[in-house]
Parts: sequence; C-alpha cells; structure tokens
Amino acid sequence: MPIPRVIPVLQLKGRGLVKTKKFSNSVYVGDPLNAVKIFNEKEVDEIVIVDIEATQKGYKPRFDYLQDIVSECFMPVSYGGGVTSIEDIRTLNKIGVEKVILNSIAVQKPDFVKAAAERFGSSTIVVSIDVKKNLFGKQEVYSRSGTQNGKKDPVEFALMMQEYGAGEVLLHSIDRDGIMGGYDIDLIRKTADRLSIPLIACGGAGSIQDFKNAIHSAGASAVAAGSMFVFHGKHKAVLISYPTRKELEQLQTNEY
Amino acid sequence: MKIVIVDYDTGNVNSIKNMLARIGATSEISGDKSIIEKADKLILPGVGTFDQGMRSLMERDLVGLLQEKVMQDKTPLLGICLGMQLLGLSSEEGELPGLGWVNFRAKRFNFSGLENEKQYKTPHIGWSEAYSVDTQHTLMKDVPAPHRFYFVHSYHFSASPENKSEVLLKSTYGYEFVSGVCKGNVLGVQFHPEKSHKFGMQLLKNFIH
Repeated sequence: MPIPRVIPVLQLKGRGLVKTKKFSNSVYVGDPLNAVKIFNEKEVDEIVIVDIEATQKGYKPRFDYLQDIVSECFMPVSYGGGVTSIEDIRTLNKIGVEKVILNSIAVQKPDFVKAAAERFGSSTIVVSIDVKKNLFGKQEVYSRSGTQNGKKDPVEFALMMQEYGAGEVLLHSIDRDGIMGGYDIDLIRKTADRLSIPLIACGGAGSIQDFKNAIHSAGASAVAAGSMFVFHGKHKAVLISYPTRKELEQLQTNEY
Repeated sequence: MKIVIVDYDTGNVNSIKNMLARIGATSEISGDKSIIEKADKLILPGVGTFDQGMRSLMERDLVGLLQEKVMQDKTPLLGICLGMQLLGLSSEEGELPGLGWVNFRAKRFNFSGLENEKQYKTPHIGWSEAYSVDTQHTLMKDVPAPHRFYFVHSYHFSASPENKSEVLLKSTYGYEFVSGVCKGNVLGVQFHPEKSHKFGMQLLKNFIH
C-alpha cells in the first residue's frame, strides 16, 4: 500500500489563518502565506485550504488572494469555500488548485456535483461532508459552516456523492473539530466501508496514533488535521509542524 | 528557448508555469497556433476526461499543428496526466481516438480478484514511487531516489509486448501500471511533476535542458 496521505487543513478567515473549535471560537493563528511557505519547505503531501466565511457571507472564492497563496505550493492544493459554479472551478484550476472542494453546494444542489464531475473529471472534485449530532443525538450532514442541518444521513449522502462523480470524500466531524481527542472512528469506518472512492478523515486528530487508528481501524485513505499542525503543547502555542518522514512511514502498518 | 504550455482549457497550467519559473525557466501558456508553432519545447497538461481533452484540442484546431510539430519537426513534448493519456491510441473513458503517438490504451483501474481489493480506492490519489525502466534516460537524471510523485487518476496505461520499448516508468497501485512513456521526442508522465516538490522540479529541469 502506498503511504497514506497526511494533509494539513488551513482555515482562512479574512486575510488570516484561524483555527476553530467545533466550527466556532476561531482563534487567529497567523499569516496563510507564511504557513504555506513553511508547509512547502516541509514537503507536506498536500494541503487543504478552506475559506470558512465565503458561503456564510455570500462571496465567491477570492481568486487573486488564493493565487498568491497557491503559487507558494509545490504540492497539491485543494480549495473549498464559496464554490458555486462551473466557472469558479475552472478559475481555481487555472490558478493552480488541483482539487476543488464542494460543501454547502453539494447539500443544496447535489446535481451540481454531477455537472462538475462530468466537466472536470472526478479527480478534480472533492465533496466535503460536515457531520454533527443533531438535538436528538443523531449524526446528520450540516452545511454553511455547521449552521444549517441538511437532514441527511452522512453515509447515504457520501454514497450519493460518489455516485454523482465525486473523486474523494472529506469527512469532517464538527463535534471533534479542534479538540485533538481523536477522530470519530465509528463514523469514518461505516462510511469508508461503503465507499469505493478515497475518504479523507478530518476532525479530532491529536497524534500519529490517531492517524493510525483512522487508517487501519477505520479504513480512511488519508488523514487531515488542523489543530495538530498549528498548535504545540498544553498551552496551544502557535507552531507550524508536520510529522517527520520516519513518522509518516510508520503509518503504512499498524505496528509501532 | 521557447517553452509553451498548451492551453486547451483543461489542466492547471499555472502550476506548471509556476514551477518552471521557480527553476529559472520562462514559459508561455497559450492556445494560439502562431505561438505554439514557434515552440522549441511543448508541455501538454491535462485534467478531466479523455473525450473532453480531445474535443478541446479539436475545437481549437490544434491536433494538426501538434502532429506537425511533434511528428515532423520532432519538437520535444511532455504530456502530463491526462496529457499523457491523450498521447495514446484511445481510452476506456471515452470514445474519441487519442493522438496516437504512443502505443498505449488507457484503462480504468480494476482491482477485482486482488487479495485486499477493498483497500484500493479509485481514483489513485497520493504519492507513489515511479521506477525507471531505462535508468539512463535523461528525464530522470538526478531525480532524488526513490522517485516519488503525486498521482491523481482513475485510468492508466499498461505494459504489453507491443509497447515495451516505449515504457519509461512503472508504478504500483494494487498492480503494476505504466507511469511514464517515451518515444523519441514524445514523453509522458501519469503523475504531476508540477506538484511533486523536488522530484518534479528535477524532472522538469531535465525536460527543459
């Protein structure tokens, strides 16, 4: 098996990088351009950049700004946030974004995913599914930064997105976002079990062991993390980090 | 030297131009026949579906010109990802014929029958090793070993007795597939050198020199 991908997730808010907890309480972490330069130097596998305000505030991806950030990346970049048209995807591709992440639009207009996959190929389209427990404790798909309940079952929705042509699913646990207490292994497992496309686990990573669990116990093809790569230590000092080559190679097996 | 990245409305052309700039080479992104005609080296990027790629080339009336440049003038051309698949005869993904410069037909990944079938998802996305079949080839000179590159694809070329001499690189994802081809001035790689850090940088450096 190839070494599973380990992907830093950068949350953009305005011109800054932030880190949320359960999709709220965003804390300023630094300058995105700087963070990306550091990740590039560390030769990370790939990067996910999400503009967490675009949909809520109703604006399109900020192409010029993104171009500056993306031009510092010599590894693949996936971008999500405010993508609602074929033109948006075309422009993102042009400026160097490898994969476009569809989130709210996939919930509101699933047919758009079909159209996008047909136009650009599945390999370009990632659907990001945000999952939260509703008032009754049942996990459902939410959109618009976790504020709107799409009233869909995560596994069924993931399957639908696969059928519509998504090349990958980014499964994000809102409840575990920012807490660094481990991924939602059950959720990942029951989703990855049914999918034939790769699944990227997100939300809750705090250690290399969490990565191993997601990959070997739950079947994730790749693991993503936010807090783990931007904070350090008990007091959460801001420090950009990434596992060493040795640590990454460890992920191939479940042993120590 | 004029390096032209063919713009046929598919592929993230800017990433390629960007990496070339980082290694000190200026290049032009263009779909204009008069510019492509003057190219000393060509790069054919590509992201999307096979038929879309061929159709885009046809709509821009570029097929004939590229044939001329590559087959007659022997202009070096590097196809990347879908760009490499278009160099072949056809693809399971589409109905249109490819450019036909290399003897390969793209097939969809199929893991049925493999021991841990379920583990292999499609598309193949991530960093995988590429082994040189011809270790003397200039394209791979000084590329840090083991050669690792970023792949993202659902279709691939396969080796056969008929195309043996055109296989440059092989990779494994469930089973072995062809990840790089070469036939004289025609080169192709399945992976994205423009997104493969130092590995891709060296490969592109080799291509432009």
